[in-house]
Amino acid sequence: MLRYTINRLLLMIPTLLGVAVLVFVLLRLMPGDIVEMRYLMDGGQVSPEVLAQERARLGLDKPLWQQCIDWMGGLLVGDLGTSMWTGRPVWDEISSRFQLSFQVAIMATILATAIAIPLGTLAALFKDTWVDRIIQVFAIAGLAVPSFWLGMLMILSLLLFFNWIPPLTFTPIYVDPWHNLSQLIWPALAVGYRYSAVATRMTRSTVLEVLQEDYIRTARAKGVFERLVVTRHAMRNAMLPVVTVIGLEFAFLIGGLVVTEQVFNLNGIGKLFVETVTRNDYTMVQALVMLVATFFIIVNFIVDLLYAALDPRIRYR
Amino acid sequence: MFSRLALSAALTAAVALLPAGADAQTPKKGGELRFAVSAEPPDYDCHAATSFAFIHPVRPHYNTLLKFDPANYPKVVGDLAESWEQSADGLTYTFKLKKNVKFHDGTPMTSEDVKASYERIRNPQGGARSIRKAAYEDIESIETPDEYTVVFKLKAPNASMLTNFASPWDCIYSAAKLKEDPKFPERNILGTGPFKFVEHAAGSHWVGERFEDYHVPDRPYLDRYRAIFITSTAARVNALQAGEVLTEFRGHSPADRDKLVAALGDKVEVLESPWICSLVVTFNTEKKPFDDARVRRALSLAIDRWKGAEALSKIALVRHVGGVLRPGYELAATDKELEEIPGFGRDIKAAREEAKKLLAEAGVSNLKFKLMNRNVAMPYTPVGVFLIDQWRQIGVTTEHEQPETAAYISNLRNGNYEAGLDFHCDAVDDPNLQLAKYISADRSPINYSRANDRKLDELYDKQKGELDVEKRKQILREFERHALAEAYTIPVVWWHRIIVNWKQLKGWHMSPSHYLNQDLQDVWLDQ
Amino acid sequence: MAIAEETPKITYTVPKKRHPVLQFAITQPLGAAGLVFIIVLFIAGIFAEYVAPYDPLEIDYGAMLAPPSWEHWMGTDAFGRDVFSRIIYGARTALAVGFLSSLLGSGIGAVIGVVSAYFGGRIDMVIQRFMDILLSFPIIVLALAVVAVLGKWPVAGLDINLIIAIAIPMIPKVSRVVRSAALAIREMPYVDAARAAGYSHARIIFRHIAPNVVAPFLIMFTAFIAQAILLEASLSFLGLGVTEPTPAWGLMLSGASQEFYQEAPWMIIFPGLAISLAVFAFNLFGDSLRDWLDPKIKL
Repeated sequence: MLRYTINRLLLMIPTLLGVAVLVFVLLRLMPGDIVEMRYLMDGGQVSPEVLAQERARLGLDKPLWQQCIDWMGGLLVGDLGTSMWTGRPVWDEISSRFQLSFQVAIMATILATAIAIPLGTLAALFKDTWVDRIIQVFAIAGLAVPSFWLGMLMILSLLLFFNWIPPLTFTPIYVDPWHNLSQLIWPALAVGYRYSAVATRMTRSTVLEVLQEDYIRTARAKGVFERLVVTRHAMRNAMLPVVTVIGLEFAFLIGGLVVTEQVFNLNGIGKLFVETVTRNDYTMVQALVMLVATFFIIVNFIVDLLYAALDPRIRYR
Repeated sequence: MFSRLALSAALTAAVALLPAGADAQTPKKGGELRFAVSAEPPDYDCHAATSFAFIHPVRPHYNTLLKFDPANYPKVVGDLAESWEQSADGLTYTFKLKKNVKFHDGTPMTSEDVKASYERIRNPQGGARSIRKAAYEDIESIETPDEYTVVFKLKAPNASMLTNFASPWDCIYSAAKLKEDPKFPERNILGTGPFKFVEHAAGSHWVGERFEDYHVPDRPYLDRYRAIFITSTAARVNALQAGEVLTEFRGHSPADRDKLVAALGDKVEVLESPWICSLVVTFNTEKKPFDDARVRRALSLAIDRWKGAEALSKIALVRHVGGVLRPGYELAATDKELEEIPGFGRDIKAAREEAKKLLAEAGVSNLKFKLMNRNVAMPYTPVGVFLIDQWRQIGVTTEHEQPETAAYISNLRNGNYEAGLDFHCDAVDDPNLQLAKYISADRSPINYSRANDRKLDELYDKQKGELDVEKRKQILREFERHALAEAYTIPVVWWHRIIVNWKQLKGWHMSPSHYLNQDLQDVWLDQ
Repeated sequence: MAIAEETPKITYTVPKKRHPVLQFAITQPLGAAGLVFIIVLFIAGIFAEYVAPYDPLEIDYGAMLAPPSWEHWMGTDAFGRDVFSRIIYGARTALAVGFLSSLLGSGIGAVIGVVSAYFGGRIDMVIQRFMDILLSFPIIVLALAVVAVLGKWPVAGLDINLIIAIAIPMIPKVSRVVRSAALAIREMPYVDAARAAGYSHARIIFRHIAPNVVAPFLIMFTAFIAQAILLEASLSFLGLGVTEPTPAWGLMLSGASQEFYQEAPWMIIFPGLAISLAVFAFNLFGDSLRDWLDPKIKL
């Protein structure tokens, strides 16, 4: 087990390195130049000397390989650099927005889990009845409805029926819980619906599988109460894949947040990402992608470990 | 339903455009003004800023030497200057400064600060940036004979110099701080303006509060202001509708105005004005067949500007037909003068016939090309779609490309396009600024057509030094005729500014520029 | 004791072999419904010129933002273009983009998965590292980056680079699944036997391994068409996908619609519904396909 763990840990390194190089190269390939954007976007009349001076100040006139080394060197010591657009440290820009996105993600996860596990189990227990079919339709609809469209519909309805919009600025939950929740519940719902759909389907299929296992039949034959069969035997074993899926999908939430934050005008990581990409703010985009990728890789690592712990065959491959 | 909306909107607008009777009320002190801004400033330095996103939250912290009279654009009044004199030959400008002005940290403002700020603007040192350096190249020296007098000596007369001094970008900084660190204003705010800096939450909001020692007695009326950054148009309009913000100082589209008026009725007022912004088509003269003036002129002739502007004004924030200068500006062409220029005539059928003839002459009757437009919904997309439709009428097939802003700008600068829909916005009406789009590319960094035309350069320099208004107008008409005949860059339509604000907001005045009247000094809340 | 009666005559009737499609329709009604909708979409897409009442590009300043009526079943947008016609033509874009990108992505993913599983060892490790790197990017980040880098490459009204951008995030996922399916076969003794007999790699792959991965491939392919449609909608919403004036469902949700959707909600309701129903149908069909082909498959 230890060997497997170390093996997987070591494999993380080339992956991270690969992501870093890939994002660096992709960004440099993108057309457009942040200095041009900044000064010419509003039609300003700026001389080429000023533009060249700015480019030098941002270190963009150095040869590419040197920029790459500088950046990666900074990464190793945890220095993410400064934003090319505002000049503020990257870390400050991200941390001020991280709280919001993180909270939406957590709320979406709680919602998803609270919905998925009971619904998925019910669907499995009452397979092929109308209960099952309704829940399945609900779940597939969750996969089909674009979350940003759902968000737009929510805002439309709120405005139309209550003439009310969610608060515009973010206050942390410990400062003003009502203000905070009334702003974030809507994007959490929009994003969480899809999330819960995936989890519901996974729950249903794993519970179904487990219910067919021999030990369930044994328990039933023994005359154990159906309730106990379900909770003590079936659910416990079904939970692992469900938890895994919830964990993996959490990482995918970030993708969903990118579009949803636009619709709700939330000052979060997703919106920051879209803005920095459109501005060609290399340092910010690189930092954001590395953060997300690292998160993905760590989650994957934990999942792999869990599976290896449970299924010894995997370790020896 | 639509006509009822239009009628009520028109009525509200008509009432709002009446001369300000609101000023007759007594302003009340107190309150926090919340307004929306659609973008965020990247840093805090006026001299390096280009965007209204900077002006709206930051301008209230600073003063400039002169400013435009909020109620009487384009009259110029003193901001930090008590009085000023221009010599008869136009080579010397003497300013007498107000004596009781303090910076937010308590230090007094003197002529040294004005000198240091303008030196920084015309000749930035130590890593400082000044975007508008070129406008001040006529200044030979700046002298400070005493603590409250500044004298500017010019090399050559410049008819627009006073408008330059009233530019909203020429914030006066503290000489002491600049000496310590020329880059100080980029991340720090220390001004003499009516509001002190309180906080800037990145991506969220900006707060300023009243500066108690402001040099104008009894001002500002507001206790504080809060600028909330809302990038999504729909979210902004919603915020206004729900009363979360009282206004947005850039401008709304006609549809948003109608929606707000329909929802809020007489709780809001609508202010409208022509805007010093235009949309132009730039032809890349280095790519065939746009090196042929006949082709360019033909494409200009095909556009029905008069009818088109009217139709577009319903769905986009454009409305006015104009040439190289804003229609309504005293130096601009009148409608009658415009109609004589090819492309601006009222008889579109004749114009289109001539266009087809020109294309045939040039040998490109079935022209196909790509129009590169900015990937922004308002007003670029509708105008782009409109142009394609107009060119279809003379048998030209146009493909609409809308790359991301970064790629768009890069393509324009590198000549990586055939025809582009470009825009031109200025802070003030000033031929020196507006004509910069049309003079030779090797002189003007914003002329993306890559064409050089010495005649236009000559006329430009002539009008720059011409202090007599009537003579200047003549030169400008000649410039316009020549520029639009050559058609390297052709104006399509001028923008229209629409502001909708809750009635509680008083003391703010409309102008053709969204960069002006933003120091919030005289604004008060009636609540 | 009675003699054993005549052994009861057991009539054994060979069950009539129904046509597989009919069989599918009977056992999987939901999936069949999905398939029907998909066919409707295809027909609408292919015969758009005949089905759509108006030209989707036709501007009509006289009828801007008109609500649904007999002339315009789904109303008009900010340019006076008929929303219903744009939805029909949009089906063409959605299906083309969805189909092609899924084909490209799943195809390449399958090939990589099979190659990786079959050759194993170093090759497998290197390939899997590349797949891990791609997987670490959130889908929209990857698609965004590819679109930004490649720009636009319009061919016959479709943007090939958009198709590539949507296909790329699919590759690692498909390769993973196909790889495990292929691995299961590779362990089988008859593969070793075939190698010993001197059969070429290609032959072994095509005759033995490929058939086993067809089922998961088909299932992922259908599922990814759905995801491609959604991804195209998101990208167009962000302004990075299809551009004006091409009719595309995602595009209809962004841009001018963002300005006007509160007074003209039909501008966003119908395109959103179209996207949801299309993706719904593909998912239903894909699920039923999986249940029918091999209920044991864990995807």
